[in-house]
Amino acid sequence: MTTEFSTSDLDHLFDALVTRMEAERDALCRLDGVIGDADHGVAMLQGMSAARDAVRATNGTLQDKLNAAAKGFLNAVGASSGPLYATGFMRAAKAAGPRQAMPRKDTPLLIAAMAEGIAHRGKAMPGQKTMLDAWAPAAEAAGGDGPLTDRLDRVAAAARKGAEATAGMVASLGRAARLGERSLGHPDPGAVSAAMIVEEMARAFRG
Amino acid sequence: MLTQKLINDGDAAVDEMLEGVLAAHGDILRRPEGSRRAVVATDGPREGKVGLVIGGGSGHEPTFLGFVGRGLADACAIGNVFASPPPQPAVEAAMAANGGAGVLFMYGNYAGDVMNFDMASEMLEMEGIEARTVLTTDDIASAPRDQRDRRRGVAGNVFIFKAAGAAADLMKPLDEVERLARHANARTFTMGVALSACSLPQTRRPNFDLPAGEMEIGMGIHGEPGVRRGPLRPADEVADEIMDAILEEMGASRGDRVAVLVNSLGSTPLMELYILYRRVADRLADAGLAIHKALVGPYCTSLEMAGASITVMHLDDELLPLIDHPCRCAMFREG
Repeated sequence: MTTEFSTSDLDHLFDALVTRMEAERDALCRLDGVIGDADHGVAMLQGMSAARDAVRATNGTLQDKLNAAAKGFLNAVGASSGPLYATGFMRAAKAAGPRQAMPRKDTPLLIAAMAEGIAHRGKAMPGQKTMLDAWAPAAEAAGGDGPLTDRLDRVAAAARKGAEATAGMVASLGRAARLGERSLGHPDPGAVSAAMIVEEMARAFRG
Repeated sequence: MLTQKLINDGDAAVDEMLEGVLAAHGDILRRPEGSRRAVVATDGPREGKVGLVIGGGSGHEPTFLGFVGRGLADACAIGNVFASPPPQPAVEAAMAANGGAGVLFMYGNYAGDVMNFDMASEMLEMEGIEARTVLTTDDIASAPRDQRDRRRGVAGNVFIFKAAGAAADLMKPLDEVERLARHANARTFTMGVALSACSLPQTRRPNFDLPAGEMEIGMGIHGEPGVRRGPLRPADEVADEIMDAILEEMGASRGDRVAVLVNSLGSTPLMELYILYRRVADRLADAGLAIHKALVGPYCTSLEMAGASITVMHLDDELLPLIDHPCRCAMFREG
């Protein structure tokens, strides 16, 4: 394993994200059917596929490729996840900067930057049963110290735990908010897919 | 088991529908140059007129693109099934609708639509085009009355867009079109009932589970769960429950005039809509309200969902001429 995370590593990360969303599409749709409109898996797969295509079509820096991912995801999807992930990828692009590779030890910062972008665009607060409930704890764990692999393990675990915890929350933002108490007992599909994305990112950053 | 649909490829459904719409209604609609998911009225936008741009997810036809045409909306941004369009088609629609007097975005109040259209507005500002927004919030089952700004926009869109489109067609300035759009929204009330699920073209699986013999009151037009589930009841009782809620919210006085829409969510036939309408008309008569305009049919659907919604717009001297104003759209005409 090299100590650098390169643009070709980023290409592979997006391949992995598409593979993961393909595998989880129907499960995410079913989850969304309980408290939403059953299209979350479709949107995430469409978005990640378009992001992957844009990343692969862009010959440039990490920043260029992540900005391309943002635009690709947004224009393929719209919906809620489009602006949220587009803003997240743009923040990650800024954090990665105009370089061909970055030290792997700094890669958790990309997860924190994504979380910031998502929080900024969605204006959600943790605890409102949204994807931020996975991203925010992941971002917090990303700021920790220790060996990279340990930090990334903690990041992925925090996102997963955060997503699971949404089952115990009453939605107060997003479409499920109209359900009130009826959303209780079901995890938020956006938080569940967010934990999957964080897990894939952590795996790719580890090398 | 997968639901049966007359499609070729679930992922291509929206684009293939759009190709069909343009082939059928090329005299009324066209795509702006270089745009994939925006349509503009062939003779709507003109110099000095406020451009009315509507939009939202697909699967609700004739909402939204069917309401583009002279006298109603100038342009429309088209999203994937049940998903807000991204900012790009909204920007393309706005540029095509722009007559130099500003653009008004109108769409249903959903978190995704708000984010995408707000991004579009920011992009238009950089182009020097003033874009304002009026959200529709007519679904009274989706949030309590004191939280009207959290409610969803549903079938009442047709009346609300119609009023705003007429105001723009009468060459009123942006401030006035915006004010009348808000006024129209504030006086429009909708509530629906779902009898069976719909399925997305990409998944072809029912998007929620509603056991035989049950109905769900207040269900959203994307299958979002409603406020209450219970045994299916006769049409008159369903109409009564909905009309009780609407009349209570509306607070109209005897002698007032209304516009009424009994809307199919997709697969409920006209026969059932007219059975509902019969009771709705009785209830309005009992309340001393005069029906100035009645629409019965599929105006805001949820793919093949079974069920119906009832919308009442509480007319006044400002709204009445706007509702009567002629319009010529691909899927809706007046005068």
